[in-house]
Amino acid sequence: MPRVMGIDIPGRKRIEYSLQYIYGIGPKRAAEIVEKAQVSVGTKADDLTAEEISRIAGIINEDYVVEGDLRREVQANVRRLISIGSYRGIRHRRGLPVRGQRTSTNARTRKGPRRTAGAVRGAARAK
Amino acid sequence: MPRSISKGPYVCPKLLKKVEKQAGGKKHIIKTWSRRSMIIPDFVGHTFSVHNGKVFINVFVTENMVGHKLGEFSLTRGFKRHGTATDKTLK
Repeated sequence: MPRVMGIDIPGRKRIEYSLQYIYGIGPKRAAEIVEKAQVSVGTKADDLTAEEISRIAGIINEDYVVEGDLRREVQANVRRLISIGSYRGIRHRRGLPVRGQRTSTNARTRKGPRRTAGAVRGAARAK
Repeated sequence: MPRSISKGPYVCPKLLKKVEKQAGGKKHIIKTWSRRSMIIPDFVGHTFSVHNGKVFINVFVTENMVGHKLGEFSLTRGFKRHGTATDKTLK
């Protein structure tokens, strides 16, 4: 298993697909990188020469923000929204969908497992 | 679809005039209904009172807010919660 960018170890797949295991690289960027590195499309990641891999790594390093840096960037953006008290920031803070989706039903990805709402009664109301 | 760049940011002309008027002098709260106005760099340091459909909410503009709309800082909806059951309500 070749290592690109230190941490990522894409498997026994064609290079343009194995690159997509890196956070921040999807189909489009993978294709771009393969083209720029002048690696022939369709070679399995395992069959790449060390020199080709370092070329790919160099391109990613230079032109793209991936993995930890990208995650930090996204986090910083969210933190900014929260700190200025904008509508989107408040939605982030409350763990609700940010882009105007309905919340009457669904929205489970953001809201997490269902919690029963309502006044606390009975044994659970122990003071 | 986003606004065309060639038009530049939208700011209510009336609001823009008010901001310019107090550019040099002391700053007082500017009351506005124009939630759709973009916050431009000139607004930084001013306080706006932005209508949310019911009341005016004070928004102090900082540098980070540039590029957002005034309405984003004046929420139109509240968050509802269930009350707690008391002995009285259970009877």
